[in-house]
Amino acid sequence: MAEVSVPSSLDGVEPVQSVRTPIRLEYTFTPGVAAQTYLREFANKKILGVISPVDGAVLVPPRGADSRHGALCDEFIEMPHTGHIGSFCVTNVPIPGRELELPYISAWIFLDGADIGFLNLVAECPPEECRIGMRVEAVWKPDEEIGMTAENILYWKPTGEPDIPFEAAGVRGWHVRKQGEANA
Amino acid sequence: MESTERLSAPLALEYPFTRTTGPVIGAFLTGLREKIVLGIKRQDGTVLVPPTEYDPQTSETLTEMVEVAPEGEVITWTWVQEPRPQSPWDSPHALAMIKLDGADTPLLHAVLADGPEALEVGMKVRIKWREVTEGHIKDIEGFIPIKESNG
Repeated sequence: MAEVSVPSSLDGVEPVQSVRTPIRLEYTFTPGVAAQTYLREFANKKILGVISPVDGAVLVPPRGADSRHGALCDEFIEMPHTGHIGSFCVTNVPIPGRELELPYISAWIFLDGADIGFLNLVAECPPEECRIGMRVEAVWKPDEEIGMTAENILYWKPTGEPDIPFEAAGVRGWHVRKQGEANA
Repeated sequence: MESTERLSAPLALEYPFTRTTGPVIGAFLTGLREKIVLGIKRQDGTVLVPPTEYDPQTSETLTEMVEVAPEGEVITWTWVQEPRPQSPWDSPHALAMIKLDGADTPLLHAVLADGPEALEVGMKVRIKWREVTEGHIKDIEGFIPIKESNG
């Protein structure tokens, strides 16, 4: 890096090396038809997905369209409350505004029958025992606290069932399925 | 579907960023803390304020920082009657592009004037420093009009 020269009036003063620049955006979120349907049923402890009209892929949570094809998805399907971990991350460093006990595990949860995952917390599992392919189930808030919010599910915990094979876990499952179709 | 009432919810997105400044912005902010304004010289001798690490036209590395005046000229401006909640200013003010004497590019900042009738392109303004400076663009509270003395 090139040496920067400054006027002599700054000789000997402590240089500034960092600056605080917090940003904040306040807005009103208005969910679309798919997200509204999802949230209303989520408040009844049901998890909805949608089925892609293009290839039958099951997308959770529903966004109203299959973003790979720009195709409208209006066929809903109720999902089970169990799935597996497609990939995960153990966080050991505190993040401002995230008041979770360290270390914690965030994971891509793939519900049984779903073709995409979503990010959520995994608990009741020591970080060193967490693994790709591990079977998990939802731990819900007490019924009286359930509402139209992503916070309904506190975290996911291991079911103790055998793992699904690494090769079929998460998005790797797409490749397994494609091969299966080719062989069929 | 039982209810077709539209859902909506207030959301806030917030990041508590701390950035490292690098040598040029760092020196600029150091200058503000010491209540002087630094620009950086391009190869053709013109001075960029605020300074950049690279020449925006030729991409050459720039290294020579120079002091410019704490006063200058309003190039263009707009009046802010109702500052938004996140604004650094809580009363009506102008936002202006201000070219400091000794600089060849303008700096965006506030002009603290009583009303839009007090503003005009080409008017002279001077920095109003905060009492306590910390190395931040907010060390400049704003710019205030310089009264033209007659005679």
